[in-house]
Amino acid sequence: MKKGWRELETGSIDFAGRALQYETGDWRTYRPLWSKKKCTQCFLCWIYCPDSAVIAEDGEIKGIDLKYCKGCGICAKECPPKASAIEMKLESEFRK
Amino acid sequence: MPKNIKFTVVARTGNEAMAEAMRQINPDVVAAYPITPATEVVQLFASFVADGLVETEFVPAESEHSAISACVGAAAAGGRVMTSTSSQGLALMHEILYIASALRLPIVICEVNRALSGPINIHCDHSDTMGSRDAGWIQIFSENAQEAYDSIIQAVRISELAKLPSLVTTDGFIISHEMQRLEMLPDKEVQDFLGEYTPEFSLLDVDKPILMGTFDLQDYFFEHKRAQSEAMSVTPEYMEQVSREFAKRYGREYGMVEAYMADDAEIVTVVMGSAAGTTRAVVNELREEGIKAGTIKIRVFRPFPREWIVRLLKGRKAIGVMDRADSLAGFGGPVFTEVRSALYEEKTKPPTADYIYGLGGRDLSMEEIRGIYEELQEIQKDGKAGNLVNYVGVRE
Repeated sequence: MKKGWRELETGSIDFAGRALQYETGDWRTYRPLWSKKKCTQCFLCWIYCPDSAVIAEDGEIKGIDLKYCKGCGICAKECPPKASAIEMKLESEFRK
Repeated sequence: MPKNIKFTVVARTGNEAMAEAMRQINPDVVAAYPITPATEVVQLFASFVADGLVETEFVPAESEHSAISACVGAAAAGGRVMTSTSSQGLALMHEILYIASALRLPIVICEVNRALSGPINIHCDHSDTMGSRDAGWIQIFSENAQEAYDSIIQAVRISELAKLPSLVTTDGFIISHEMQRLEMLPDKEVQDFLGEYTPEFSLLDVDKPILMGTFDLQDYFFEHKRAQSEAMSVTPEYMEQVSREFAKRYGREYGMVEAYMADDAEIVTVVMGSAAGTTRAVVNELREEGIKAGTIKIRVFRPFPREWIVRLLKGRKAIGVMDRADSLAGFGGPVFTEVRSALYEEKTKPPTADYIYGLGGRDLSMEEIRGIYEELQEIQKDGKAGNLVNYVGVRE
């Protein structure tokens, strides 16, 4: 149920980290496929991802958070050619 | 008047009075850019900063757009924030004015009314402030330096209570550069009156992180605007509360609208800013001649004091609204449109005409005001206005 105008916070203020509730993964046309085997753990994808959707835990890249990944392909582009650990595939292939 | 307060009586221009008020308020942040005729306000304030008379963080910005943007940032961080501008400067602030009010930030602008170009002009009319009338800012028009000084001090409190920004205006050159008698409060008294500002939210409060400036589309924008409108609507309560307290402590009382000789007046003018005093002088002359003339001054234009205006104007025989801004083939000037509309619900609608005057600093003489009252006498006789929108003091 959406709030009425009397229930809103003063000045359209909202809680910090509001984007956590906004699952942008369903915008995706291309899905990144990350290969654990090929990954050299250079962290370039983690640095470049504009949505902080590359999962890094315990000092290691663990994969991509598809709840938020918009499928922009920057990670695949920045992944060093020698590694080529990320491949972009049409999202529709996974939704058949 | 309270006996224990020791006022200092000084000679100050309107700009100096505004700057002195700012010094005594000692805001956390002032970000500003100079513009005629308001330059002196921040120029003087900058010297107060340089002389160590205030603790303010002073940001000399590279434009008014930047100045008000810096004010928004500082106010979002929870500071008591002020600036000053005029005309093109206020116009350049325009887009940020809406953001400041939507974020409910209590910024106070010392605004000096000046015609908006073009043609290029540096003198007084109300077109600049009228251009911001839908921006969600409280607007207080001052008649002289004393009112400007008192209103600025009050506006800081009102803004912080209402969580809305305020524009306090003087009339360019007419008030801003005229030397007048000013009763100043002791510095400490201003601080006591204002008290400590505790913002409801602060971007710098790491224990209570918040998000400000949200993207707000079809699903919530309307609700936020509705809430903002309500906040403006209830502001008169805060204004009256602050005004009462100010009067109790310092003896000077200000209303949303101020009536003069209006109790039994049949023909009444409605006026804002510096022309109010000149109009009262004309009313005095007319009263000596036995003419039942009166005048009311709108001091607070936003929120629009509809109830006060209806109470004071209903049942009059003829009303002349004096506008120092034109809407250029709108239905008269902005004050006329709203005053006349406010009276539309009344059973007997007084005939109401608009008198647009003083654009670009054109002087308004007592003879011209007398001419307006003479026309109102004609209207009273005929029971209706011949010309609803009239121009006073323009060469044909």
